Amino acid sequence: MTATRALFGKAWIWSFAATALVWIVTVLFTGGASSVGLSQAALTFAAFSVIVGIGQMFVITLGPGNIDLSVPANMTLSGTLALKLMDVQDGMILAGLLVSILIGIAIGVCNFALIKLLRIPPIIATLSMSFIVQSTAIWANRGLRIKPPETLASFSTAYTFGIPNVALVALLLSFVAWVLLEKTIYGRWIAAIGQSPFAARMAGIPVDGTRFVTYVLCAVLAAICGYLLASFSGGAALNMGAEYLLMSIAVVVIGGTAVAGGNSNVPGIWGASLFMFLVVSMLNTYGFGAGIRLILTGFIIIAVILAAGGKQATR
Amino acid sequence: MRLSSGTIRMIIPAASLAVLLVAVFYMQPRAMSYTGLNLLFNLAVPIALATIAQMLIMAVNDLDLSMGTFVSFTACVTATFLQSSPALGVLILLGAVAAYALMGIVIYVRQLPSIVVTLGMSFVWGGLAVLMLPSPGGEAPGWARWLMTSKPPYVPMAIVASIVIAVLTHLLVMRSSFGVLIRGVGGNARSVERAGWSVVGVRAAAYGLAGFFGVLSGIALVGLTTAADANIALRYTLLSIAGVILGGGEFVGGRISPIGAVIGALTLTLAGSFLSFMRISPDWQIGAQGAILIVVLALRLLLNRLEKRENNR
Repeated sequence: MTATRALFGKAWIWSFAATALVWIVTVLFTGGASSVGLSQAALTFAAFSVIVGIGQMFVITLGPGNIDLSVPANMTLSGTLALKLMDVQDGMILAGLLVSILIGIAIGVCNFALIKLLRIPPIIATLSMSFIVQSTAIWANRGLRIKPPETLASFSTAYTFGIPNVALVALLLSFVAWVLLEKTIYGRWIAAIGQSPFAARMAGIPVDGTRFVTYVLCAVLAAICGYLLASFSGGAALNMGAEYLLMSIAVVVIGGTAVAGGNSNVPGIWGASLFMFLVVSMLNTYGFGAGIRLILTGFIIIAVILAAGGKQATR
Repeated sequence: MRLSSGTIRMIIPAASLAVLLVAVFYMQPRAMSYTGLNLLFNLAVPIALATIAQMLIMAVNDLDLSMGTFVSFTACVTATFLQSSPALGVLILLGAVAAYALMGIVIYVRQLPSIVVTLGMSFVWGGLAVLMLPSPGGEAPGWARWLMTSKPPYVPMAIVASIVIAVLTHLLVMRSSFGVLIRGVGGNARSVERAGWSVVGVRAAAYGLAGFFGVLSGIALVGLTTAADANIALRYTLLSIAGVILGGGEFVGGRISPIGAVIGALTLTLAGSFLSFMRISPDWQIGAQGAILIVVLALRLLLNRLEKRENNR
C-alpha cells in the first residue's frame, strides 16, 4: 500500500516540478520583471483548462474507451446561448449561469443515452453529439457578437488578493471535485468501475447510474467553463472551445491520472494546466516562431509522459 | 443460408453506403455518371488511406490522435520537397515512417498511453508542417497529379483506387501471416509472445505500416488539391476513427476490417455530398453528419441483435 501511495504522490509531483522549472526559466529570461504578471496570466488561463480537465478526468477514470469529445462544442453552445439570454443585463447573470448548466445537463444526458442505448463507443458517441451541438451553436450564433453583462465581465477579468477570480472559481470547483473523488462513495465507485467494470457490477455498484452521473458532470463543467470563458473574453466565438479538446485530455494525462482509468488525481490537473500555459509563454518569450513552438510543445509533452513513466496503462 | 458473423459485419457498412448512394442518385440523377461518381468520391481516396492507417493502429489496441496532422505534414512534404528534389522528399517520408515505427516501440517498451504520445506527436507534425509551408502553397508532383486525375475506362479513378486499396489491405491484414500477428497482438499480446513472436517487432511493423499509409494519404491528397497547407487534413483524425468504427472495427481486441474501413471512409465522404444535395442550410451540415453517424451505428446495433437472435435459435 505504501508503494502505491508513493507512486500516487509521484504522479502529480512531476507536473508541478516541470511547471516550476518552466516558470523559473521564463522569469530568468526577462530578468525577473515578469514574475507577477506571468503568474497571474498562467493562473487565469490554467483555470479554464482545469475546469474542463476535471470533467474529462472523471470520465477518463471510468476506464478504457471513456472520453468526452463534445467538450469544445459544449463550451461554444453554452457560452453563446448564455450571453444571448443575458443580453448585457446584469440582472440576468444567474439566469445565464442556470441556462449554461441546463445545457450541460442536456448534452450529458444525450451523450450517455447514445452510449447506453445505442451501445456506441463513447469516443464516437460524444463526437457525433458534438457535431450536432456545434451546428446548434452555429445556428444560434447568427448575428452580432453579444457582450457579456458589465458586472460579469469585470468579475471574470478582475483579481481578488492578486489572484484572478476565474482561478478562484476553478479552485473552488477543484476542491469540490477532490471531495467528491476522495471522500464520497461516488468517487470510490468511479475508481472501482475504472479498475474493473465487471468486479464493480458484481460488488453491487450501480455502474450505469454512476457512468450517467459522470458524463453529465463532465458536460456541466464544460458548460460552466464555456460560460466563464465567453464572459472573460468579451463574447462567445464559434471556435472558442477548439483548443480545449486536446487540452482537456492532455492536462488529465500529464497530471498523472491513469489513462486506463481507475486512478484520478485533482492536484495534477492544476500542475499540468499551469505547465501547458507556461510552456507556450516560455517559447513565446524566447521568440520562437509558430512552427518551432509547436514542435517543442510536442516534444515537451512526450518528455513529461516519458519521465512520469507508464503504469499499467494499455492505451 | 447461414451467414458468418464476419459477413454480417461487412453487410451493415455496405448497406449504409448503398442506401446513401441511392438517396444521392434519387435527388441528383446526374450524379449517376462517370464524372458524377468521380466527383462524389474523389476526396474519399486520401480519407480511405488515412482510415486504413488508423485501423492498423487500432488493430494493436492503440489510438492515433496525430493522424490528421501527420497527413497534413506528408502533404506538405509532397507539395514541397517531393516535388522539387524527389530524393530528399523520399528520404524525409521514409524518416516519417521510421518515426512511426519508433513511436510504436517507445509506446510498448515504456508502456505509455498511445493517446498522449500521439497527441504530443500531433504538435510535432503540425509544427514541422508550418515550418515547411507557413502559408498555403507548394505544387503537386506531376506523377501524383497524373495518378489522381487519370481517367481509366468505364470506372472512375476514385472507385478503382478505393477497390485497389480495399483488396490489397484485405490481403495484407486478413490473409497474410503478418496480418494475423498484428490482429493477434490486439487480441492477446501475451499469447503471441508465448508463441515465440516479438511483440515489439509486430507493433513496430504495425505502426510503420500505418505511417506508410499516412504518407500515401498525404500524396493522394496533394494529387487532388494540387497544393498543400499545414492544416489541410486536420479533420482526418476524427474522420479516420469514425471510418474504422463505421466499417465494423472495434477499439480493442484486434477486431478490424479493412474492406469495412474503406467503405466507412466512402460513407463519410458521401454523407457530406448527400447533405449538400439535400440543400440543408450550411449551419446544420456538420450536425446532420453527426446524425447520419448515429443512424448508421444504430442500424449496426439492430443488425447485431438480429444476428444474435439468429445464433440463439
